[in-house]
Amino acid sequence: MAAAPPIIVARDIVNRFGEQVVHDGVSFDVMPGEIFGIVGGSGSGKSVLLRTLLGLRRPDAGTVVIEGREVTAMADRELRGFKRRYGVTFQHGALFTSLTVAENITLPVAEALDLDEASLARLVELRLRMVGLPLEAAAKHPAQLSGGMVKRVALARALALDPAILFLDEPTAGLDPIAASAFDDLVLYLRDTLHLTVVMVTHDLDTLARTCDRVAVLVDRKVIVDTLEGIVVNEHPWIRHYFHGGRGRVMRSPKEDDRGT
Amino acid sequence: MLAFRPAAEFARRLRNDRDSAQPVTFSAHFDPAAARLVLEGDCRMGDAPELVRALGAARVAMPDSVQVDIGGTLDLGPSWLLRAFVADLRAAGKRVDLGGRVPEHLRYLDEIAARDVGVLPGAERPSIAERFAAFGGALRQRVDSWYDALVFGGRLLESAGVAWRSLKRLRVPSVVRHMHETGVQAIPVVAVIALLISVISAYIGAQQLRPFGAEIYTVDLVTIGVLRELGVLLTAIMVAGRTGSAYAAELGVMKLNDEVDALEAMGMNPYEVLVLPRVLALILVMPLLTVVADFMGLAGGALLTSYLLDLPWSQFVMRLDSSVSDTTFWAGLVKAPVFGLLIGLTGTLRGLQVRESSRELGRLTTVAVVQSIFLVIFADALFAIYFLEIDF
Repeated sequence: MAAAPPIIVARDIVNRFGEQVVHDGVSFDVMPGEIFGIVGGSGSGKSVLLRTLLGLRRPDAGTVVIEGREVTAMADRELRGFKRRYGVTFQHGALFTSLTVAENITLPVAEALDLDEASLARLVELRLRMVGLPLEAAAKHPAQLSGGMVKRVALARALALDPAILFLDEPTAGLDPIAASAFDDLVLYLRDTLHLTVVMVTHDLDTLARTCDRVAVLVDRKVIVDTLEGIVVNEHPWIRHYFHGGRGRVMRSPKEDDRGT
Repeated sequence: MLAFRPAAEFARRLRNDRDSAQPVTFSAHFDPAAARLVLEGDCRMGDAPELVRALGAARVAMPDSVQVDIGGTLDLGPSWLLRAFVADLRAAGKRVDLGGRVPEHLRYLDEIAARDVGVLPGAERPSIAERFAAFGGALRQRVDSWYDALVFGGRLLESAGVAWRSLKRLRVPSVVRHMHETGVQAIPVVAVIALLISVISAYIGAQQLRPFGAEIYTVDLVTIGVLRELGVLLTAIMVAGRTGSAYAAELGVMKLNDEVDALEAMGMNPYEVLVLPRVLALILVMPLLTVVADFMGLAGGALLTSYLLDLPWSQFVMRLDSSVSDTTFWAGLVKAPVFGLLIGLTGTLRGLQVRESSRELGRLTTVAVVQSIFLVIFADALFAIYFLEIDF
């Protein structure tokens, strides 16, 4: 894996809204099989960066290359087909409230592939088992699910087409610590067994510490990328405050628990 | 033939995008004579239909033993489908041998398949008991909806009572805002509709009355028709479509967003803050819009009679004076606030009934419009009978 080329290459991304510059030359690489965290203060443009990577927003300058193909230069039609290659979960799940869980998970598959009902049902079962949901949940509507289940269904839907890359926006926000930790386990497990590449925006320091191999911090319209250990000792005042502030105590004994690094 | 189906087109694109450097390579076919299932190339999720077709052929043939030759890697989805196929055949007492590059995912899949997570709810035909239960559920929903309406009416009356005593509670700025949105902004469309309808009725009236030499009565037809019925009714229907739906959708989204709960949590009464100003605004605005519609209707009538019947304006006014009494105008206008009340109540009630899903929002918005138009016409019929009885 060491010699593999990066799966996502972002170069000199500039995003601005009117006068306000959000990103001014953001560059980083994501390696295959890596869990890559993106953090930053409110308004630092995490979601904008994620939307740029996803091709939902065209940057004002710069390029995004995913698996050797330049997303930022693709025509809309081509991009639409390409987007099926990666799975996305949104902060609030973004499940279709008028569809059942099974229909939510089936939607991307049935839209893209000509499959019979039995196979679709089998695949729903697979995805539900993958994310550790009871199968009865299939017939439920999103309004009947708890917050943790919504996130899991969103992940199941994101996994529906066997993507190579997963983009997760705040996957553990709003979950209780137990559910959040179970979600971390799940992401690690999927990465380890399926060699997925995961890009996640998160504010959850525990998730960051447990899952992410490298972290990108958005500060001053630029990005600082390093391993978590490297970021934690960074001298930038915002980063110091972020990791060593009142809520950053987790970081003082970084990941001794399960990575063994 | 498959090539004409958009799904096949998507699938092709999905396969190609997988690895643009390599062309489509996966193929799966079942050879019934040798009982061999041959999978060539890497099977991505996009190749699942091809795999399923080959597996289906093998299922139909059902030989006693099947040799599966796997030539490339399989994505998780296809591996799962293959695994299910193998499990089904083995359960039926057949022999299945996996050869070639057996997917490494299988261990993971075995592991998750072994987890006890219940069974997938199937789409079985509902039993008679379930049908009865569904019927009872629907009935109960109906009753609940009536109950909702009662609670709604009660709470609204209560807030109206409170507001009556204190002007601050009345939220005048909010009422004015809604009057602007539902009244002032509706003037153009209401005016045009009233003008057109009176033109249409004048045209038809003149045409039908001409054989009797009674064209002059076209003026009576148009003026009485517009003032008593058409002006107010069309205004109400326009307002129901415009505002009834807006009220339902606005309150529905607020409900879905927990904004209504937020108001309540802050100790505010949503009926006082949200419902009362809207309903009040409609009650106030409907008569004003009706006057606009009446005026435009009469103008349209005058325009068309002067054009069709060569009736000068002065004569139109004279004829109008003799055909229309004071009560004609009031008979139309007095209905307007009632219609406004009905539309406002229906829209806000349906909006507050929205829960859980976006589909519910759409359904209840539709219900709000349909019901308010129905109620308006029904009330209009009652008014017609009543006015006839009291000779108004």
